[in-house]
Amino acid sequence: MSLSDAEQLNEVVKPPSKLFKNLTAKIAAIPMILTALVIFIGCTIWTIYHSFTKSRLLPSPDKWVGLDNYERLWSENRWIVSIENLAIYGICSLILSLVIGFCLAALLDRKIRFENTIRTIILYPFALSFVVTGLVWQWILNPELGLQNVIRNLGFENFTFDPINNAEIVIFGILIAGIWQGSGFVMVLLLAGMRGIDEDIWKASRVEGIPTWKTYIFIVIPMMRPVFVTALVIISAGIIKVYDLVVAQTSGGPGIASEVPAKYVIDKMFQSQNLGLGFAASTMMLLSVLVVLIPWAYLEFGGKKNG
Amino acid sequence: MADTTATTFEGPSGPKPKRAFSSTNIIIYGTLFVVCLYYLLPLYVMIMTSLKGMPEIRLGNIFGPPVEMTFEPWVKAWAEACTGINCDGLSRGFSNSIWILVPSVFLSIAIASVNGYALANWKFKGSEVFFTILIFGAFIPYQVMIYPIVILLRESGDGITNVMQFFWEDAPRFRLMGSLWGLVIVHTIFGMPILTLLFRNYFTSVPEDLFKAARVDGARFWGIYFRIMLPMSLPIFVVAMILQVTGIWNDFLFGVIYTKPETYPMTVQLNNIVNSVQGVKEYNVNMAATLLTGLVPLIIYFASGKLFVRGIAAGAVKG
Amino acid sequence: MTNTNPSVEIKQLDLSFGKVEVLKNLNLEIARGEFLVLLGSSGCGKSTLLNCIAGLLDVTGGQIFINDKNVTWAEPSDRGIGMVFQSYALYPQMTVEGNMSFGLKNAGMAKDEIKRRVDKAAGILQLEPLLARKPSALSGGQRQRVAIGRALVRDVDVFLFDEPLSNLDAKLRTDLRVEIKRLHQQLQNTMIYVTHDQVEAMTLADRIAIMKDGIIQQLDDPNTIYAKPRNKYVADFIGSPAMNFFKGEIKDGSFSSPEVSMDLKGYETVDGNLPNTNAWLGIRPEHIQSGANTKGCSFVGDATIEIVDPMGSDTLVWASLAGQSIRVRTEGQSSLKVGETLKIGFNADKLSIFDTDTELRV
Repeated sequence: MSLSDAEQLNEVVKPPSKLFKNLTAKIAAIPMILTALVIFIGCTIWTIYHSFTKSRLLPSPDKWVGLDNYERLWSENRWIVSIENLAIYGICSLILSLVIGFCLAALLDRKIRFENTIRTIILYPFALSFVVTGLVWQWILNPELGLQNVIRNLGFENFTFDPINNAEIVIFGILIAGIWQGSGFVMVLLLAGMRGIDEDIWKASRVEGIPTWKTYIFIVIPMMRPVFVTALVIISAGIIKVYDLVVAQTSGGPGIASEVPAKYVIDKMFQSQNLGLGFAASTMMLLSVLVVLIPWAYLEFGGKKNG
Repeated sequence: MADTTATTFEGPSGPKPKRAFSSTNIIIYGTLFVVCLYYLLPLYVMIMTSLKGMPEIRLGNIFGPPVEMTFEPWVKAWAEACTGINCDGLSRGFSNSIWILVPSVFLSIAIASVNGYALANWKFKGSEVFFTILIFGAFIPYQVMIYPIVILLRESGDGITNVMQFFWEDAPRFRLMGSLWGLVIVHTIFGMPILTLLFRNYFTSVPEDLFKAARVDGARFWGIYFRIMLPMSLPIFVVAMILQVTGIWNDFLFGVIYTKPETYPMTVQLNNIVNSVQGVKEYNVNMAATLLTGLVPLIIYFASGKLFVRGIAAGAVKG
Repeated sequence: MTNTNPSVEIKQLDLSFGKVEVLKNLNLEIARGEFLVLLGSSGCGKSTLLNCIAGLLDVTGGQIFINDKNVTWAEPSDRGIGMVFQSYALYPQMTVEGNMSFGLKNAGMAKDEIKRRVDKAAGILQLEPLLARKPSALSGGQRQRVAIGRALVRDVDVFLFDEPLSNLDAKLRTDLRVEIKRLHQQLQNTMIYVTHDQVEAMTLADRIAIMKDGIIQQLDDPNTIYAKPRNKYVADFIGSPAMNFFKGEIKDGSFSSPEVSMDLKGYETVDGNLPNTNAWLGIRPEHIQSGANTKGCSFVGDATIEIVDPMGSDTLVWASLAGQSIRVRTEGQSSLKVGETLKIGFNADKLSIFDTDTELRV
């Protein structure tokens, strides 16, 4: 091939403009790109920035105050109570929903009859709004007319369980409602994971005479690690967001005994007109999500490159 | 060989006898029965309370069935219950929720399905980056983004008003903040991560050859979407619809923040009715209202069966 | 058709995904009416090449011409090609007729012309009774015929087949293979056919291109490829059971290895001279003589029978020759027993010899 031919070839081979390649797809993806950039990144940065400013009724980007908002936040009793509540609620609901969810999934996995009916019953609360859940349990736990009263009428005169009125245990009242609503979801998730395990594993353990419970603990649970991790991340993200349930069931009461960070943020922003404090609190929420998310993302995506 | 049919040897032969009431079975079914009772209890209490009169409720047996059944609380919850100054019950919240629901579901599914389709079949430089941001965005607490979005909605509402007034001087002020449309946009945005993931995963599972064949046949981006992909993925659209209808109907946070009292969705109105401080607490009306609000997702849940499970499991499927 | 230019011409084609080079400086000319098979194991780039020709993948460098038109950047539908896929890729919600007419509708063709073409293609492929059915109501073989019909109605000069028979069971595969061959004889179109099945390649092709690592190893007619593989990879890849290899040394016209020592007189070399070098000596199982037939062979030796596979038309024997396992194909149904000694032998004219360094034929 002569030189001029090669030159001609090179000229033709110059690639078409990258920008216009796949143009329709790019235009169609504009809503997604805008959401990702403007809302998820832009708004997050905006809030983080303004958490360092002296914003009160209106955001004031000029009045930079450094960490003042954070100092005030952590010295405020209401925020501390919120964090404590979230910690108790979070740890208990994480453990309980995983344990209950797993036990239920294991029971349903035993090739039982009426599996669909039972699953439908256990999962239906998940279809309901947190507001509905909160209000129902508010009524069931009603100290004068609810569960406590019914059991006292049965003859247990000294029975006391009044989480709606008792600041000490109010968070557990919310916990009961939260578990009632969410454990069915965890069960479905874990059941799907269990069904994903090779049927031959069960055959092998039967041939080798390993008891069922041992198979679950030593073989099935380790094999379900990815499902557990996914469930853990989803539950954790849900716990940090918990808001409607508290508003409906206790409105944060009695007093401030059942406040949670999500509610604290909304109240500061839209009722107390203390935006700066609200932004700082929401940034703390974001931070706590990152604490869960980053190790997970690292394990999930960083691990892939190594393995 | 030939004799085996004629003579049987001593010992076990034929089907192994099954014990219907083995101790394991009793434990399993017993536990599940108790568990089911626990999960059904609140629903039962709701129904029973809503059918009782207040005098009967004051007797204090929330688990007892109504002695005198009355539908009065339901009527009152629907049409007469008070939230602050308004006393027209949940009916308005219901229609507000419907007006929010229909466009939100339609818009969010339309946008997310096209996004998912573009991500699965028309990858471009950076598309995976945006998708990753989108998925991580699903984990950011809403509280972080809520306030800037208030500003964005207010400003873009004013922007649209200015544009309209440029053409027609007496164009009315257009509001996004506080209007149903603002809430529709917010629902579309926050529904996007999970729906995009759902559609992307589905369209990725469609054999690539099909997409190639359509391209050889001269179909382009929209042609393949509407003529090939859409008709063959109706089930996933139903799953997305279930997911969105229940999700948007049950929303409380966005409803409280982005609407005003006239446009409150049903959940917000329900909370205001039940938790309003004035007046005597009418527990039967409250429970009727609660049931009414929960009815739409419950009906969808019981009607959709396995598709609902598929929808919520889709959130757990890794991308 | 007096045009003697190639139907499809590929010049210096490069394709890489990021840092991974899939196709490297690939040149290929396919004549009008030729049936070319791209053959190779999975990951060799054969399907990638086909997708480049179809325009379903954007090339990194180089050019593609179809019917003298530079189509390097053209849309797949504008290239004058029809394509048949492994998974049939029928649109599930459309009827057979809808599947076949979809492309023509997209091209804005008149209704009566569409109908004429669909009817014609249906006639050729005997699809008339199925036109109103959905793909889900068809068998695998019928589905693939519809997929072929969809390519047929486009009335193009070049057909691309991407492993079209891989999803079918053995018998249907043979039937449809014959049908494709008949179709080619009837239509005289250019056909490019990707497969990993050497039987399909040998039976269908005018020429076979054997690919490995994005490079065409050998492009020849089936018989040449079989008899004179250009390198050791091709020799090993083509033929089932595979060629036997002995590693040894050529010196002064003789080959010697621990197992085989023989005079190479009668071997047809590539360039007329036989170098002194380390070499692989290859012999196909069916070219090894056994028993009384070994008389007069350049090499004769004794092997111990290890496994006997009766295949019906012939018998495959796995035997050990001085410690190395070899495969021998013997005629008919033999009465050989495991453990017996089998006398084997072969001649130099059937050999393939490759340099151990370059792995090229000498």
